[in-house]
Amino acid sequence: MKKTLKFAAYAAILAILPFATGLAFGKTWVRILDFALLYVMLALGLNIVVGFAGLLDLGYVAFFAVGAYCYALLASPHFGLHLPFWIILPIGAFAAGIFGMLLGAPTLRLRGDYLAIVTLGFGEIIRIFLNNLDTPYNITGGPQGIDLIDPIRLGSFSLNQPTSHTVYSYYFLFLLFALATAFVSMRLQHSRIGRAWAAIREDEIAAEAMGINTRNIKLLAFAMGASFGGLSGGLFAGFEGFVSPESFTLTESIMILSMVVLGGMGHIRGVIFGAILLSILPEALRYVGPLEQSLFGRIVVDPSSLRMLLFGLSLILVMLLRPAGLWPSPARKRELLAHGETAKHENANIYDAGR
Amino acid sequence: MDTFLQQLINGIVLGSIYSLVALGYTLVYGIMGLINFAHGDIVMVGAMVTLTVARLLADSGLPGPVILGIGVLTAIPACMAVGYLVERIAYRPLRNAPRLAPLITAIGVSILLQNLAMMIWGREYLSFPQIFPAQTMAVGGASISTIQFLIIVSSAIMMAGLSRLIRKTRLGNAMRATAQNPEIATLMGVHVNTIISITFVLGSALAAVAGMMVSAYYGIAHYDMGFILGLKAFTAAVLGGIGNIEGAMLGGLLLGIIESMGAGYLGTLTGGVMGSNYQDAFAFFVLILVLVFRPSGLLGERVGERP
Amino acid sequence: MMQDVKLLEVQNIGRTFGGLAALSGVSLTINRGEIYALIGPNGAGKTTLFNVLTGIYKPDSGNFRLEGVEMAGKKPSEMAKSGIARTFQNIRLFSNMSAIENVMVGRHCRTRGSVLGAIFGNSRTRTEEKAIAEKAKHLLDYVGLAGHAHMLARNLSYGDQRRLEIARALATEPKLLALDEPAAGMNPLETDSLKSLLETIRRDGVTLLLIEHDVKLVMDICDRLAVLNFGKKVAEGEPALVCSDPLVIEAYLGVSVS
Repeated sequence: MKKTLKFAAYAAILAILPFATGLAFGKTWVRILDFALLYVMLALGLNIVVGFAGLLDLGYVAFFAVGAYCYALLASPHFGLHLPFWIILPIGAFAAGIFGMLLGAPTLRLRGDYLAIVTLGFGEIIRIFLNNLDTPYNITGGPQGIDLIDPIRLGSFSLNQPTSHTVYSYYFLFLLFALATAFVSMRLQHSRIGRAWAAIREDEIAAEAMGINTRNIKLLAFAMGASFGGLSGGLFAGFEGFVSPESFTLTESIMILSMVVLGGMGHIRGVIFGAILLSILPEALRYVGPLEQSLFGRIVVDPSSLRMLLFGLSLILVMLLRPAGLWPSPARKRELLAHGETAKHENANIYDAGR
Repeated sequence: MDTFLQQLINGIVLGSIYSLVALGYTLVYGIMGLINFAHGDIVMVGAMVTLTVARLLADSGLPGPVILGIGVLTAIPACMAVGYLVERIAYRPLRNAPRLAPLITAIGVSILLQNLAMMIWGREYLSFPQIFPAQTMAVGGASISTIQFLIIVSSAIMMAGLSRLIRKTRLGNAMRATAQNPEIATLMGVHVNTIISITFVLGSALAAVAGMMVSAYYGIAHYDMGFILGLKAFTAAVLGGIGNIEGAMLGGLLLGIIESMGAGYLGTLTGGVMGSNYQDAFAFFVLILVLVFRPSGLLGERVGERP
Repeated sequence: MMQDVKLLEVQNIGRTFGGLAALSGVSLTINRGEIYALIGPNGAGKTTLFNVLTGIYKPDSGNFRLEGVEMAGKKPSEMAKSGIARTFQNIRLFSNMSAIENVMVGRHCRTRGSVLGAIFGNSRTRTEEKAIAEKAKHLLDYVGLAGHAHMLARNLSYGDQRRLEIARALATEPKLLALDEPAAGMNPLETDSLKSLLETIRRDGVTLLLIEHDVKLVMDICDRLAVLNFGKKVAEGEPALVCSDPLVIEAYLGVSVS
């Protein structure tokens, strides 16, 4: 009985939230909520790669881009195709998953830092191609991107009509997908596959010796994470109505990574928390400008560089002071503290000197 | 043939710069097993400081090379200080943390440095004052400018000096010992922490000089320039074999030449489909190719026994 | 004695590291149901051979067969699937997972739960998960770790950690269980305990291969053993025979016995 009450309470809060926000702070903030939900999905996707499997991906935004451009190409005047969203979203997710496997296949056997650089390079390559594939044939629309993307339609009901309610309609759509993403993440974490990911993260050699095909399982993490990204990309394209390479920069990848790290790698609730915090933070910082103005009479620190400054600082501080994240799962905390202790105490359990 | 030679010269110049930066990456990776993401941004600091000094002295009547010299002599301590602080504050506490942690911190440091630079110097591209006469020497159908010449010569000198340092001095021995096996090095009386700091500082000094070269050569500097340059230099280090000093030098030169040739000929090769705007993607392609087909690099990697 | 059935046939294995022949021309046979040991002085190549037999190294020459199937060069995960499981000299447990989770990981290669099954929680997946947990608990009891199921692996005592590694390896349902110095660091009491565990495992149908330095243990429980020295096999056979072999004595003591 208590559980049902709790559930009902959460449901009620989530249902009322957009309207309350809209009334209290205006529609811009509801839009911010919508984006926060998209980031939740992205962070959960990256969490599978970084948090569950322990692979550092610095180019995650590339999968977001693939999903978004898939949608843009299949539902806009660009090619004259107007497929419905329930066909395109899976296509986008699938395409992103394929890209994930293409990237992962040759690179997942590299050690951690190399993998990080390669994924970073991949993310940049995707962005460079998106920027330049408008000649000789206009595929991606180049720097201008693709415009006039169809909004998401459920039957004859378009989420963009009436325009005054768009942000609310999309809120509930995104909420649905975000909840589904969280649900899938939880299921995966406590499954046979989730255990295999954890084993690889702990000790890849031992995992392999116990019969886990580490290459395939890592590839699976990459592909799943990528497809979550692709799914969010499709939703983003339908929401914004417009995509361009500018939305898919390295900064975005790093921000999503920050969300996962800050929230606690591998901890689903923490990651959701991190995503919401970091997507709302930049907006909150907008008030800093006028605040500085009134306090100091001028802008001391440009708000957008302040935002990035805080990101950088927070990454450093979290790693130094609270490496398990601001809201870590108990298991992860153990893991990160363990490394410090065992290395100091020369515990022979960790190193295999036999080879 | 003229274009070929010209591109080759350009490539060597570019490669010399890459080599200097790659050395920083390779020294740090060899001794700590860490990719110092922020290294490219230290190059940026060097570039900015040199440029600022050059602008201040541009009308003083001093000859070009002297201004540059003063600029570099200011940049070197600045970069060394930054490198030292970064190592002490952000990397040293994480020596025993799982691999992911210092990587993430390094990203944070990089972001921090870039944004501090943006706050100090602003967002715009800053231009390097014209302090060199636009002289060129003719070399077999191509031309080489004063700056290009200076870059090639000073890089060569510095690399020779570094080589000698690593090979023939006590400090160099200590550095190599620490890179191979820090635990045993400690037992042999090496102050590992000090050696690591020195390595960082050395790499930063090289970065300062590279920064000076980049800003003087291209005539511009901005807060964002460290990132791509750093990535390319890292590619060069991996290409030659990470942890391997000669590898960094070779890798740098090779990458510079590949990139220069590529930029020159890519258009003709692909029938106009891909132009030099794909130039940056080049380095990434090379990186991926190297890591997939020959991850230990051309000359083999030199990393110690590390858990 | 019943006719010996060959489980593992090793033929002419050679492996060089940078010019040094760690193994050359090593051949031996392990029969089903045996407890077989690899002994020899330090640097003799025991661990190298062990690593070849468990897929960590690919031999430069020669091959070996498990029940007639050629195995050299296969990946460790393929070896495990084919029936060779191992433990590690310096214990490689999943430190931050619980004891039972460690053992459950061992069940991975014998189960088939898929991504879709995990997400939708169909009855087949649920049944399988239950079976995995039950089998893991059973194995923990089997090795003497009942009651420690939810303890973090790194918080277990040294002896218990070794047992856990064995339980985890057993979870893969191996035909051959390869143990890398299982008694290292154990006192006589623990060694005795290990001895009875190994005998129980053998009685339940698993063949055992050990690298061991504890001569008494080896003499007590092994059916046959092989002595390596300088990368070559010096002797093979029953313990009593091998130990009186002058070549073996020379290998260990460095003096020839006339």
